[in-house]
Amino acid sequence: MSLLKETDHGTPRRPGAASVSVEIDGTAVQVPEGTSVMRAASEAGVPVPKLCATDSLEAYGSCRLCLVEIDGKRGTPASCTTPVEEGMQVRTQTPRLAKLREGIMELYISDHPLDCLTCSANGDCELQDMAGTVGLRQVRYDEHGENHLNAPKDTSNPYFDFDGSKCIACARCVRACDEVQGTLALTLDGRGFDTKITAGVGQSFLESDCVSCGACVQACPTATLQERSVVELGMPNRTVLTTCAYCGVGCSFKAEMRGDEVVRMVPAKDGGANEGHSCVKGRFAFGYATHPDRVLAPLVRERITDEWREVSWTEALDFTARRMREIQAAHGLGAVGAITSSRCTNEEVYVVQKMVRAAFGNNNVDTCARVCHSPTGYGLKQTFGTSAGTQDFRSVAEADVILLIGANPTDGHPVFASRMKRRLRESAQLIVLDPRRIDLVRSPHIEAAHHLPLGPGTNVAMVNAFAHVAVTEGLVDAGFVAERCEGYDEWAEFIARPEHSPEVAAEVTGVPADDIRAAARLYATAGNAAIYYGLGVTEHSQGSTMVMGMANLAMATGNIGRDGVGVNPLRGQNNVQGSCDMGSFPHELPGYRHVSDDAVRSVFETVWGTSLSPQPGLRIPNMFDAALEGSFRALFVQGEDIAQSDPNTAHVHAALAAMELVVVQDLFRNETSKFAHVLLPGTSFLEKDGTFTNAERRINRVRPVMAPRTGMHEWQIVGEIAKRMGSPMGYTHPREIMAEIAATTPTFAGVSFELLDEVGSVQWPCTDAAPAGTPIMHRDGFVRGKGRFVPTTYVPTAERTTRRFPLVLTTGRILSQYNVGAQTRRTGNVAWHPEDLLEIHPHDAEVRGITDGDEVSLASRVGTTSLRARLSDRMPAGVVYTTFHHPVTGANVVTTEHSDWATNCPEYKVTAVQVALRTAPPGPADAPSGRARTAPPVPAAGS
Amino acid sequence: MSGDLPPTVRLANDIAAQFVHRRDSDAAVQEIAGHVRSFWEPRMITELLAAVDGGAPALDPLALRAARLLR
Repeated sequence: MSLLKETDHGTPRRPGAASVSVEIDGTAVQVPEGTSVMRAASEAGVPVPKLCATDSLEAYGSCRLCLVEIDGKRGTPASCTTPVEEGMQVRTQTPRLAKLREGIMELYISDHPLDCLTCSANGDCELQDMAGTVGLRQVRYDEHGENHLNAPKDTSNPYFDFDGSKCIACARCVRACDEVQGTLALTLDGRGFDTKITAGVGQSFLESDCVSCGACVQACPTATLQERSVVELGMPNRTVLTTCAYCGVGCSFKAEMRGDEVVRMVPAKDGGANEGHSCVKGRFAFGYATHPDRVLAPLVRERITDEWREVSWTEALDFTARRMREIQAAHGLGAVGAITSSRCTNEEVYVVQKMVRAAFGNNNVDTCARVCHSPTGYGLKQTFGTSAGTQDFRSVAEADVILLIGANPTDGHPVFASRMKRRLRESAQLIVLDPRRIDLVRSPHIEAAHHLPLGPGTNVAMVNAFAHVAVTEGLVDAGFVAERCEGYDEWAEFIARPEHSPEVAAEVTGVPADDIRAAARLYATAGNAAIYYGLGVTEHSQGSTMVMGMANLAMATGNIGRDGVGVNPLRGQNNVQGSCDMGSFPHELPGYRHVSDDAVRSVFETVWGTSLSPQPGLRIPNMFDAALEGSFRALFVQGEDIAQSDPNTAHVHAALAAMELVVVQDLFRNETSKFAHVLLPGTSFLEKDGTFTNAERRINRVRPVMAPRTGMHEWQIVGEIAKRMGSPMGYTHPREIMAEIAATTPTFAGVSFELLDEVGSVQWPCTDAAPAGTPIMHRDGFVRGKGRFVPTTYVPTAERTTRRFPLVLTTGRILSQYNVGAQTRRTGNVAWHPEDLLEIHPHDAEVRGITDGDEVSLASRVGTTSLRARLSDRMPAGVVYTTFHHPVTGANVVTTEHSDWATNCPEYKVTAVQVALRTAPPGPADAPSGRARTAPPVPAAGS
Repeated sequence: MSGDLPPTVRLANDIAAQFVHRRDSDAAVQEIAGHVRSFWEPRMITELLAAVDGGAPALDPLALRAARLLR
């Protein structure tokens, strides 16, 4: 499509029915109560000139350009700050208003560079537009008067510039940072003519608290805040609507293009997940798609010690299919398998699991969700009946209390965090369960009512104590439980036992009992209480138990089935939900239906034309164990760097090295490709055509802005391998894959590319009964009928601190980087996070002689790595923290084999370690087990 | 240390630990066996049964009873 310019109504839409009738320049319009005259005029098709107003922000009333005349009212009120009244008669165009506006514009332009023809915003500047709208023809004040034309420029941010000479002090950037992003990093400094925009306390943008979300750039009506890509490339001339490929929020974006080149990514105002907002990754960090490190042609080698050979697609596909069949002939059907990617589209994932089931003839398919949210799938299915979060993101605006567990949304899910912060600034109260003092515990205008810094691995003891308080203090919603749930009596007897009391939990978690009781009472009596959680819940040996514990708590207190409540996983990757929905688990066909179900299997057998195995397949950790044992010999890896991301690196490397065939489909050579025999180049999200499903079950279209740089779509590659193995798929377009998904999977029955193109997005279940989708689940009944209470025994992890390994390591993410960093390390985001750091409490550092910035060794019983230390009291003494974005650090060298009992999700969040000041170069001698990381890092970005 | 156990024995013990609170141990054993049937690939079950046949000294009693139901 041509360049899409969304209508800006000037002030936000107000909720409610259009009940107030007004007349604008003789045109009648009805709007909800509280709507501004400016918005009413815009909706009537009579836009009022404006500069400081934009409909993502509350009215400010500073520019005075939007003056109007209203019958019965004195003067010329600002239309942006004047609410409509029944029967109001408004005039927006009169000689008096024209003269006033011309005078205002003349003053603005008198202090603005007259360089429109060479300005980067030429053609996209509201100041320029307004000068034209009001008919400004001359400026009587010359450049010799006092002005800001030599104001300094700030070019510190890698993605945008701030040019003070072009600023009109409308404060849209400041208000965007406050109201939309919620960081409050920008300030209007000074008064009157001296007013200027300041980042932080007189710092550069890069040094300040600015999180580079781009809200200020988007709000700026001039070229004061401008994307550097626009400065360098010029204005875009067409738009492609698509979906971000980073985290599970799944923001909708306008890819603004010049030809095949992306000039900028602008968040889409009507995007259901993000509603016009973005973060630094989605907004700016898309350059990896055209990075010179991209692998664009297939590579093959017989042995992993050989050099890669660049080959044709035909040779690579023939080689892959032939070797798969040879290995199966020698070692059995079950000797091969595949891992699907949560970064790929639903259609790309669906064809991989289909290849495994139909062509490989087994169920050895798993997905990277194994190592993040598989306990969510298990726990929510056991209790509610389906493996998905209960709410849409908008729901948080109705929450009275937010219980945030093991998640750090401002870093991991920043656009949702902005929604959450808005609600917290309004009135909601926050409870944080996290060993680490995350930013939300205390940040501008936000302070958690309770931060319970529980010890890593003690979640279940804590949630049981919350439930104990609800049950023993009479805070259970008895009506909800009686009508909607089953198994309550047995569970209530279990949870009321003394061993689940806050007093006992205090000994386990390290949190005082009174604090636990107060937080539990707040949650249970909130009105609307919503649970949001992340990998700090799931990546434990009791991840599934904890998910069920949270579900129990929500059911007992009646916090399910309406706006403002629920149990909500914050998914790590863009399509974790979708990859799970698509049958990526080795025990489930698409739609979470067990492979042993004859009726379900027969649906797929009919469509695929082959019989399917009724036995569960191997999960990722089981594949590694079987590879070392010798019964698993070949693996197809779609878009995951398991050699870096999975725990106990030495174990993973040994398993990969033991296989006869490893096929990697990825954008770049990565740690896993060092063990690969075939490297099939993948496509970036800018080349993909399909759908992603975000954490709120929202199915969004991903549209290509360019043809595949590799010459083949990923669904075509998989289809060709399957065809060579005797199972042709026959698709000519991904819409046909979605049609097959809809035909075979009840919750997707109503989904089609045509529907998504028409309505934008839809949240599953999308069926005949719910043709517009289902934003809130379990409204009138649970998917499984009755919600099921499941007793949740607290079992301490087997990973214990010892004298040799006295500290507990827990891991997480940082805002600017994404998972193993394959994408973000190849962008300007390295400006914020060039390396992983080990956060260590000052007390733990002091006793080890460690100072800030020192190189330290980090050792567990399975391996040793090294990185630099950052002293921080965010963690309690005894707990250290790091990220895993850089292969040179290799945080997973030290993580262990412990995993969730139900799903095998690794216990990334609890590893007993020792930290020591590094005095000698790293080497095998550092590793207590004699094992140390052996894999060299992938080349640095841009090298 | 649990890291020295065969993965299937370790996992079976982890599963059994979730059911120790059940007052009806027969029901717990049934649930453990049901979980294993639903989520484990056949060669994992074979490996667990081989450990049982070998005496399985480190196998939790509940897990051992459940394993016997898998034959």
